[in-house]
Amino acid sequence: MRLEYFQMIDRIVDMDVDARRVRAECTVPKESPIFEGHFPNYPLMPGVLLIECMAQTTGWLVCALGRFTAMPFLAGVKEGKFRNLVFPGDTLEFEGTVVHEGSGYAMAECTGRRDGTKVCDAQLTFRIRPFPSPQFRETFFAWGERLNLPIKEFVK
Amino acid sequence: MSTTYDKVAEIIAETCDIPRETIKPESHATKDLEIDSLDFLDIAFAIDKAFGIKLPLEQWTQEVNDGTAPADKYFVLKNLSTRIDELIAAKGA
Repeated sequence: MRLEYFQMIDRIVDMDVDARRVRAECTVPKESPIFEGHFPNYPLMPGVLLIECMAQTTGWLVCALGRFTAMPFLAGVKEGKFRNLVFPGDTLEFEGTVVHEGSGYAMAECTGRRDGTKVCDAQLTFRIRPFPSPQFRETFFAWGERLNLPIKEFVK
Repeated sequence: MSTTYDKVAEIIAETCDIPRETIKPESHATKDLEIDSLDFLDIAFAIDKAFGIKLPLEQWTQEVNDGTAPADKYFVLKNLSTRIDELIAAKGA
């Protein structure tokens, strides 16, 4: 996890497109400028960044379901809940599902856990839009491959 | 028997917290009911689920933006209900 670059997920552990399910893992860094403010002498992973973790986890699944012809943009968050505090050094697992693929949008649900205990969950709405440029699409693919996502299997 | 329009009006009332009595068949979703595009996604989701269809929002938006169809064709509720009936019929054909 590189908080300052909004790269929240370390790796995609499993993705089942037919079942519309994805699992991802990440480890919260032990040090980050973010923890200097949130909070001084009490570093704590901000809840809004847990939302981003859930959005990126399910966002990759939305991409795969569309065979990477377009990309999702987070448009709504419902029932976002932060059930336990998350600290630097914690390893988190996120499990997401796409509950509906609409025309130009998708609805997803995601849960984050630490050692099997739920730390957060939310319902997410994505708008689906074309990639802003071919170059961005290539950058996006490279990002996915770094997460162990077999992009080429989806775009062939 | 509940009509498609009745169901759509119920969905809109519940999803957007709009009093049911203010929703009319002639109501335009955006102009009269002030439903924005994000709320309309929630409505589309509820409609897709309720009727087992997939509203072709991207196609409709493209047609309206290109000027090949008036927005009223899709966003006046009685017309939207007709479009839904057409999609249901096409699914069963």
